[in-house]
Amino acid sequence: MTVYISGLLIVGGLFFFLIGSIGMIRLPDFYSRLHAAGIIDTMGLLLSMSGLALLILSDFNLGNILSALKIILIVVFIYLTSPTATHAIVDAGIRAGLKPWSKK
Amino acid sequence: MDNLILYSAIVLAILMAIPLYRAVIGPTVLDRFMGVSAIGTQTTVLLIMIGFMYHRVDMFIDIALAYALLNFISVLAASRYFHKQKGLTEEIKS
Amino acid sequence: MKTQQRKTSFFLTFFILFLFWVIFSGKFDSFHLSLGVISCFLVIWITSDLLLVTPDMAKFIRLFMGFTLYIPWLIWQIVLSSIHMIPIILSPEIEKKINPRIIKIKSRVRDEVGLVTFANSITLTPGTITVAANIHGDMTIHAIDDECAASLPGDMGEKIAKLFAD
Repeated sequence: MTVYISGLLIVGGLFFFLIGSIGMIRLPDFYSRLHAAGIIDTMGLLLSMSGLALLILSDFNLGNILSALKIILIVVFIYLTSPTATHAIVDAGIRAGLKPWSKK
Repeated sequence: MDNLILYSAIVLAILMAIPLYRAVIGPTVLDRFMGVSAIGTQTTVLLIMIGFMYHRVDMFIDIALAYALLNFISVLAASRYFHKQKGLTEEIKS
Repeated sequence: MKTQQRKTSFFLTFFILFLFWVIFSGKFDSFHLSLGVISCFLVIWITSDLLLVTPDMAKFIRLFMGFTLYIPWLIWQIVLSSIHMIPIILSPEIEKKINPRIIKIKSRVRDEVGLVTFANSITLTPGTITVAANIHGDMTIHAIDDECAASLPGDMGEKIAKLFAD
């Protein structure tokens, strides 16, 4: 049962990776492409990592619990650092004078 | 279940071509950083999947953690560096 | 800082660092645990004025409880706004669906940690990105369409203002 849930979560994560990647190609300007990159960094990572952690926990012993905790810590780490990296890129764009795309 | 991980890893590796396209053609330097950062996030997941394939998840998780760290530092340092570069704005105008 | 508070925050930092050591090392024999104790003390000694900032225990516990309630809500918001982004990205006429603009909002949060939490939460939610924020609570936000722009500061600002209210 756990295995099926984790398989579903991994496939969902891949779907959101796909959505974010398509968005990075199709959106018209640099600032709006960052929103698509945000989907990859938050939703795709969260779903696929929780699926992998559940898959580890389906064989329950102490070493596997530590591995699942480490996966959760990776997600926490990326959730802490991804806004910082995004802000650094946006800030560089603003300072370089890049104008946001807008509707006519 | 091993098959699912294998196919997901293959799909993920193919998906990484799309941000790579953005990183190659990206009109500005910042687009390239964004593509590289997205590839880094996907690689973190891919490394853990590779760990599942070799039945050595405990080892590959540490590699994935170090990769996530390096990805953050490199994007941060590169975008701070291009703050002061004239080349960035010239590329935008052309 | 008083000696008592200093001691409390010292042991708190030590406990957190040692927990991380145990999770990342995964070995429970006395050699590895004593190595962990030594390196935790070294880290606290070197970074004492950077890490030992917790003023008092009651506020720390209140913040901790608040965050354990806030983080699941934030993850739910991330799920909702990611699902909101799917039809926008997949629509054949993408330039009609989106309406990117830069908006300015005023936040009621004054606490520094609270502002950082607010700005990071806005960036984490797909559809909105914090471009700039300052200590007076003025935030510049890039939003991708009208709905994302209208949703700010909204519930998130209320929750963080309540969490960091003194």
